Amino acid sequence: MANIAQAMRDETATPIQRGLKEALYGGAISFGLFFLFIGLRTDQNISNELILVPRWGLLAIVVGLVMVVRFFYVAYAQPFMARQKIVNVTSGLLPDSVATRFFRLPYFIAALVIAVALLVFAGSLDGIFGPALAGYMRFFRALAIIYALASVLFYFRTFISAHFSALGIGVLVAYPIVVVLVLTLINGSMASGFQGSLKWVDNFGIQILIYVMLAWGLNIVVGLAGLLDLGYVAFYAVGAYAYALLATHLGWSFWILLPVAGIMAAFWGVMLGFPVLRLRGDYLAIVTLAFGEIIRLVLINWREVTNGAAGISGIPKVSFFGLMSFNVSDPNYIAKVLDIAQSGAYYKIFLYYLILGLALLTAFVTIRLRRMPVGRAWEALREDEIACRSLGINTTTTKLTAFATGAMFGGFAGSFFAARQGFVSPESFVFLESAIILAIVVLGGMGSLVGIAVAAAVMIGGTEILREMEFLKVVFGPDFTPELYRMLLFGMAMVIVMLWKPRGFVGSREPTAFLHERKAISSSFTKEGHG
Amino acid sequence: MTAARALLDIKGVETYYGNIRALSGVDVAVNEGEIVALIGANGAGKSTLMMTIFGTPRARRGTITFAGTDITDLPTHEIARLRIAQSPEGRRIFPRMTVMENLQMGASLDNLKYYDEDVEKVFTLFPRLKERIAQRGGTLSGGEQQMLSIGRALMARPKLLLLDEPSLGLAPLIVKQIFDAIRELNRTQGLTVFLVEQNAFGALKLATRGYVMVNGVVTMSGTGKDLLANPEVRAAYLEGGRH
Ligand SMILES: Nc1ncnc2c1ncn2[C@@H]1O[C@H](COP(=O)(O)OP(=O)(O)OP(=O)(O)O)[C@@H](O)[C@H]1O
Ligand SMILES: [Mg+2]
Repeated sequence: MANIAQAMRDETATPIQRGLKEALYGGAISFGLFFLFIGLRTDQNISNELILVPRWGLLAIVVGLVMVVRFFYVAYAQPFMARQKIVNVTSGLLPDSVATRFFRLPYFIAALVIAVALLVFAGSLDGIFGPALAGYMRFFRALAIIYALASVLFYFRTFISAHFSALGIGVLVAYPIVVVLVLTLINGSMASGFQGSLKWVDNFGIQILIYVMLAWGLNIVVGLAGLLDLGYVAFYAVGAYAYALLATHLGWSFWILLPVAGIMAAFWGVMLGFPVLRLRGDYLAIVTLAFGEIIRLVLINWREVTNGAAGISGIPKVSFFGLMSFNVSDPNYIAKVLDIAQSGAYYKIFLYYLILGLALLTAFVTIRLRRMPVGRAWEALREDEIACRSLGINTTTTKLTAFATGAMFGGFAGSFFAARQGFVSPESFVFLESAIILAIVVLGGMGSLVGIAVAAAVMIGGTEILREMEFLKVVFGPDFTPELYRMLLFGMAMVIVMLWKPRGFVGSREPTAFLHERKAISSSFTKEGHG
Repeated sequence: MTAARALLDIKGVETYYGNIRALSGVDVAVNEGEIVALIGANGAGKSTLMMTIFGTPRARRGTITFAGTDITDLPTHEIARLRIAQSPEGRRIFPRMTVMENLQMGASLDNLKYYDEDVEKVFTLFPRLKERIAQRGGTLSGGEQQMLSIGRALMARPKLLLLDEPSLGLAPLIVKQIFDAIRELNRTQGLTVFLVEQNAFGALKLATRGYVMVNGVVTMSGTGKDLLANPEVRAAYLEGGRH
């Protein structure tokens, strides 16, 4: 690295001097890089001629930003990080870690006070500070809440990491209830509590859980069996269209079509599996990618059945196990049956628990299968195919079951997706979706269910939160649409995680076999063995 | 030789890598209850023969019969299910799986009735493995990996055990221990063993019979004692080696 060599050479220079120098270099490099990218823009004038529009201001801001960040990094952050590793000469102890210095009781109390105060006055913020400042106040409030929550998590960190799975499931089960209760308390009425919960349950909860389920399904193929599949979204599409078509044409219920969609997706998993049996690694990846595109193109072009790019709308909702319906017009509409106020939130909350159940089913099946011969064969297959065969494992059926099982869960998720949206079109099943699901599996640490769930929450939750960052409009102007930057965030997060943890959030594999130490080894046995 | 009743009977086998012929008409027979050693220079085709028995690569000519079944064209996993186990060249253990899981993979085709018992047997044979029970296969030392590979093969309760250079990378004491263990398994359980060895002296001393392979053909065969005494064998494979 350039700056390391630099540091060796001018040992005597103070960090500030070095920072200034590095900032100049950084500025020069970024000026060269961004001169054409940002400094100039091609545009059309009124008579449709191509003209160059200079954007010197923006270029200056970007270059300036690079210089400032570089300066602070070299002058302050680097020496700080170096100090963290130096032992205190007198006490012989490492300095307090950043975390223990960052999370302190007074700060926690302050954050709590700020958050509560700003929550109490939430309604009148605009009136007091004006809309622009109120935007910042809301952002500040969000930071305070995050800090308070993070402090609590930090305080209980050993307990949390010891019981992560159980706690995680508990939080997920309680989530919609907590959201409704909190919003009811804030807004003062049950109805608006339900109404307000829509966004949190649907955009965050359901959206994240769909990706968790998809990633867990793909994990069987990629993480366990080691078959790099870039076309996973095809099975999601098969499940979605299976439900959409059969439900709209035959009127069958979701509960019958869910297994049907799973079976159809599994069937297509086997169809994909056969031709790629002999392929591995990059070759397999390319063929599966092509398979995903073929399915999408079929959906677009087979208009008589799939209605082409226009998609299928009016897909029936899921019923409450056939007992109650979520359609306002039905006689057994849930609000009529239970005699409560009408709200769309019931359906969303029901869907939330449905996808939570499906996702947990995926996890449960994965965990069970890993302990069974077929699951162990998947993992062995990932490691050494030839060794597998000479141990008596039929690698053909092993691969096909991996494809089929993974595809089946993709199909379940797909039919859920169709029921939730009420509309499907080929646009939902582009390659980018496969890439996102695969990225979640890789980020989570291939094979680790917990890691994958965390990765999905961070990635999908992160992109959803971007939508909420209205205050950014105050900074970048009213035309700024933060969600357009979600792929940028995705990419940045991937790079950071891969640098920091090259094997993903949870890189280590849980072993599945243990020694069942028998109480007493029979004496005849010890005699027989060679010692 | 009692070729008609041999447990493993290899007749006129030719194996090719692309267009290159690695085995040109090999005849080898391994009778039930024997320890048979195959020796030969580097690149003679010994490992190729071992792998051809398992059908990767397949023999282009000739037949291989095991316990009366023609296995020449059987899929590899079905050959293994006839209870032929192998500790192949390069060990081929599963690097990300623990020692315990590797052993379990060896047993996976059998019913698990004898599982606990067999695991204990392997650990009695290689106590070193028991100390490393939860360690990942890939992080074991070379010798430990060799032990694991042999242990995994034994977990299948094989009728015939194929060992490709079991002494590779092991300390002399452990080599002796492994050879003793092979003899013990052969004597007490009647396990039939077909092994390839560079350590010709040790292998021929251990073996009931032996074969010498040169450039893809068997040039000599006989009892272990005879081969050890044979001046040609001595000159080519023993002089300068350990005695
Ligand atoms: N996959 C392969 N492709 C092409 N040639 C191969 C392949 N495997 C082995 N060979 C060649 O076949 C011949 C026999 O190889 P083999 O591995 O059977 O030798 P070996 O007797 O086991 O030697 P060593 O004692 O060194 O292990 C060698 O000439 C080798 O180069
Ligand atoms: Mg060899």
